[in-house]
Amino acid sequence: MEKIALSRRQILAGGAAAAVVATERPASAHSIKGEVPWAPSQADAPHAIDPGGYIFFTPQEAALIEAAVARLIPADDLGPGAKELGVPTFLDRQLAGEYGRAERWYMLGPWRQGSDNQGYQSRLTPAQLYRYAIKQLDAHVSSIKDGRRFANLATEDQDALLSDLEAGKVDLGGVSGKAFFDLLLQNTIEGFFADPIYGGNRNMEAWRMIGFPGARYDYRDFVAKHGERFPLPPVGLQGRPAWSSKG
Amino acid sequence: MARKLPSIDVALVGFGWTAAMLAQEFTDAGLNVLALERGVWRDTPTDFAPTFIQDELRYYFRHELFQEASRETLTFRNNGGETALPMRHLGSFLPATGVGGAGIHWNGQTWRFLPTDFVAKSHNEQRYGKLAEGMTVQDWGVTYDELEPYYDRFEYLCGISGKAGNLNGTKQPGGNPFEGPRKRDFPNPPMDMTYAPMLFAKAAQETGHAPFPCPSANMSRAYTNPLGVQLGPCTYCGFCEKYACGNYSKASPQTTILPVLMRKPNFELRTQCEVLKVNLDNTGKKATGITYVDAQGEEWEQPADLVILCAFALHNVRLMLLSGLGQPYDPETNTGVVGRNYAYQITSAVDVFFDDKLTNTFIGAGSLGMGIDEYNGDNFDHTGLGFIGGGYIALWTTNGRPIETHPVPEGTPKWGSKWKKAVVDNYLKQCSISTHGAVMSHRGNYLDLDPFYRDVHGRPLVRMTFDFTDNEHRMSDYLTDRAAEIARAMQPREIKVSRRKGSYSIVPYQTTHNTGGAIMGDDPKTSAVNRYLQSWQAHNVFVMGACAFPQNPGYNPTGTVGALTYWAADAIRNQYLKSPGPLVQA
Amino acid sequence: MRSATPFLIAGLLVATSAGLVFADGDHAQIERGRYLVSAGDCYACHTADPSKPFAGGRPLQTPFGAIYSANITPDRQTGIGAWSDDDFYRAMHEGVSANGERLYPAFPYPYYTHVTRGDVLAIRAYLQTLEPIANAPPRNKLPFPLSERAVMRPWNWMFFDDGAFHPDPSKSASWNRGAYLVEGLGHCGACHTPKNVLGADMDDKALAGGTIENWFAPNLGADLRTGLGGWSEADVIDYLKTGRNSHDSATGPMSEVIQYSTSQLNDEDLHAVAAYLKDLPGEAGRVPSSASGQQTSSSGLSGSGEAIFLDQCSTCHRSNGEGTPTVFPPLKGNANVQQADATTVIRVILQGARTTPTDARPTPFSMPAFDWKLSDAQIAAVATYVRTAWGNVAESVSADDVGKLRRTLHAKAE
Repeated sequence: MEKIALSRRQILAGGAAAAVVATERPASAHSIKGEVPWAPSQADAPHAIDPGGYIFFTPQEAALIEAAVARLIPADDLGPGAKELGVPTFLDRQLAGEYGRAERWYMLGPWRQGSDNQGYQSRLTPAQLYRYAIKQLDAHVSSIKDGRRFANLATEDQDALLSDLEAGKVDLGGVSGKAFFDLLLQNTIEGFFADPIYGGNRNMEAWRMIGFPGARYDYRDFVAKHGERFPLPPVGLQGRPAWSSKG
Repeated sequence: MARKLPSIDVALVGFGWTAAMLAQEFTDAGLNVLALERGVWRDTPTDFAPTFIQDELRYYFRHELFQEASRETLTFRNNGGETALPMRHLGSFLPATGVGGAGIHWNGQTWRFLPTDFVAKSHNEQRYGKLAEGMTVQDWGVTYDELEPYYDRFEYLCGISGKAGNLNGTKQPGGNPFEGPRKRDFPNPPMDMTYAPMLFAKAAQETGHAPFPCPSANMSRAYTNPLGVQLGPCTYCGFCEKYACGNYSKASPQTTILPVLMRKPNFELRTQCEVLKVNLDNTGKKATGITYVDAQGEEWEQPADLVILCAFALHNVRLMLLSGLGQPYDPETNTGVVGRNYAYQITSAVDVFFDDKLTNTFIGAGSLGMGIDEYNGDNFDHTGLGFIGGGYIALWTTNGRPIETHPVPEGTPKWGSKWKKAVVDNYLKQCSISTHGAVMSHRGNYLDLDPFYRDVHGRPLVRMTFDFTDNEHRMSDYLTDRAAEIARAMQPREIKVSRRKGSYSIVPYQTTHNTGGAIMGDDPKTSAVNRYLQSWQAHNVFVMGACAFPQNPGYNPTGTVGALTYWAADAIRNQYLKSPGPLVQA
Repeated sequence: MRSATPFLIAGLLVATSAGLVFADGDHAQIERGRYLVSAGDCYACHTADPSKPFAGGRPLQTPFGAIYSANITPDRQTGIGAWSDDDFYRAMHEGVSANGERLYPAFPYPYYTHVTRGDVLAIRAYLQTLEPIANAPPRNKLPFPLSERAVMRPWNWMFFDDGAFHPDPSKSASWNRGAYLVEGLGHCGACHTPKNVLGADMDDKALAGGTIENWFAPNLGADLRTGLGGWSEADVIDYLKTGRNSHDSATGPMSEVIQYSTSQLNDEDLHAVAAYLKDLPGEAGRVPSSASGQQTSSSGLSGSGEAIFLDQCSTCHRSNGEGTPTVFPPLKGNANVQQADATTVIRVILQGARTTPTDARPTPFSMPAFDWKLSDAQIAAVATYVRTAWGNVAESVSADDVGKLRRTLHAKAE
């Protein structure tokens, strides 16, 4: 039988010093040996958005988005809606960033139309899709509503248009109206319920509305309290008002 | 041109669960072990800390811990008549990248397969006659009894919380009466149950079932494993799957092995090093090592006496295809082995809505739930049902993360005031029963290399051709009907039944239980690796992971992946190292 | 004696390089020396680069400036290969280098002076077996006049008593062994004894806790709240051997002490150290005025502190502060938390901290950093909360305290 030489080198006894070192060869590899690395003050911390006005949307685009998200999740007697809770700002920052640029998406061709089961196959990034679809949607509205824009329609008309988009009845210049609607709805729900550091869910109002206690990490004291209402208010990644209270 | 490095005893491709387990075993045996991981180093206090890990947008919806499709994805089609197109962003399943692999962002549902699962072909044929046309179900070449000690080792490594249902053949009240006999109980008691699983258990019992706490890699108490590594108690935070644990209470390579392994002088980990191929000698029957590319794009040839593929199932299969390791499978002729018998999981759900019960499902853990196993595997008579196999039915309370989890009753619009009201009214008063069904292997479901699409290194992507067959739909419908019966017995205001209808879609998240493609077996004509996960072609290459499953039973795969890894490690340590060569003669 | 030394050195070098077996006596002496080098934790200070063990060059930050440790490998030019045994003994015993220069007490000769000549020579014998490494440590960064080593003469006259360890016949052999280790090679007081303005130990406050390199080395006295009063001897042994016990987990500078020194001690010596430490007197009068049992809440920050604790810290330390012993240290009753000087508490919250891994307990449980997340006022509030909740008693922490330490640590990291 063929033999291979598996060397069983003796393991060096004694405490070789622990360290993360870049070996000399290959110089560029990250070689980790000796212990689990750790250093003080290291944290892969999240990046909160910069406050302020829109940086992606033009005023005209923003008007449509604000109007649309206000219909997707409206303000009502249950509480504020997507617009009031900052979802347009959330969308703006998402589209201006890594997500808008589809940085983690596979965006190489060839490009082909696929089946629904094959998922997203457009060559447009989310940012490009929003920009294009918003323009097309306003053009579509203008053509059927005497030159008006989506934002200026009565809410019933806006709802009707959104329903048509959802049902796949509107083509947006070669882009599926349903594809845009699905993405907008998904992103709107994301913004409504995401941590407030991303611009939506202001003051954790959406969490409070449904009863989600937020970025907590310990429910041990409450696991056995079946059927009872959880007593603590929501907390976000940046805390809650009580974190800065006196007394 | 790749530069050549000094030789090493063992090169491990990828550094998740299986690589960490093997590195621990092989360094104990005195070998010099090198692991190559394409992703970055990650650890609890710096990368998963409870100061920021509970971030639904960042980690699930923006995929920060997962494989970047921009670097590598796959192409997909439902059948050979379609053109496969790239999965442009993740959806149906979530492969990982980085140290710990998907072992950091799993739920922790850690099952053993049934004894009959390992002899699925012979058992079913004996009981029900010939398998359906096109079904390529096979026996595994290894039995439950052979694997039992290795299941046990993995469960004790992880500190699984649970309740034995069968100790040495004696049924144990409160455990799963259908499980194979185990030599001893779980290392930790079951987790504390939340409200909804208890409501499910009561209803299941009333409808004639035997509910039990599901086995969980979330710690029901602080635990020290046999390596001396410690884990903390689970805090029921509800951020398990798709996240990494912030307080050392979910078993992962980081929390069970690395504290010991990383201290060893004969182990080295190189991160951001992606293996491009396994190099074979001129006979093709022995590997000489691997070639990898580092973060700067430089290529290196790393000679090694043993090469073990420890990447995710799909990636192992792709690397074999790219390396010429095993004959590629051809569905036309039903010949070849690499890519054969790709399978998945079929799932469905029944949402349960109450008027009067606060279920608070935000109190959760990845593997916190009660289940029943009456309809799994061959635990029930399939005569006349038109399918084989089955699955478990369980009520988990994994989370109440609101972007992902805001169930609304049947007929609710997807947006607008009515949707909002339905979310607000039901968020705290719902729960969901899941069914988790087997996918049998089928001649037309397979993996190969895509002819058009390439990754960042210019290598062909893997192409997945897959659809559910009648067997899956009938089985899943059967499970879903049973789940609905139990749901009604919970006396809710209403339920919503979500069946898995039609062809498989790669868009909605289902599970990351991709199996097959480099399956194990007794016959080199129909399997890529032997019963010890050793390549039939090159004896110094072993292939770990769920790619070895000849078909996918009705349980989550990690427990069996762990058991197979220890099983293979023992064969390598006790047989192969003494006399390197094929462990099974073809 | 002096003339015999080169032969010994030459013999050792030959033996080492040829892989020959040492004579039994030599071998026993070298092994004893290896053990004593661990007991003295020589590695920690004398190693800057793990690939060059004992080659020195590690900066030791003192209030007066950085002092670089010496190369103690047998390299003849840059190490101590050319030293005689007497030279080595004089350095250990009197703090005087082979060339007659005064050493700074960052090298803890005020402790090592208690080590017997036999032990010193065993250490010497072991060090001579190390691989010689050529490495000249950088020059010390001390201001004048401290940069003049002669300044150590009057310092020694004032603060240094050379002399062998004198056992206390009224105590057990184990206690005396513990005293010998703690006061000698272990040099525990180097960190745990407060220093006067000239950097000398305040003898009347031996092991009552000291500030070092922006940490506070806690009181080792019998005090229930701030010292080892609540620990059993077994707790002390557990801590020194494994890095953790039911009361606390080791982090910061103590990590190195445990990793390279105390975890290597045999059980007999660990018992001895524990017996001695557990017999130290308490420090009545050093506890803060609020120790009467009144909790401090005058800062008005405890409300936010409690909220932050419940929302963040309870994840590991539990809402009742009891933690999960040996995994996540309890804060209730924790001595480190209640030291008069809150430096360690603030620092751990700011930067996070790692429990030292040992062979017995290899998991490096680590607390995450909060410096990116919490303001000075918030850290002050939560630090005050943990120092005063669950019966803990200590003075409150101010946002200024936090800000100062944050800036100091930040500047140090730059």
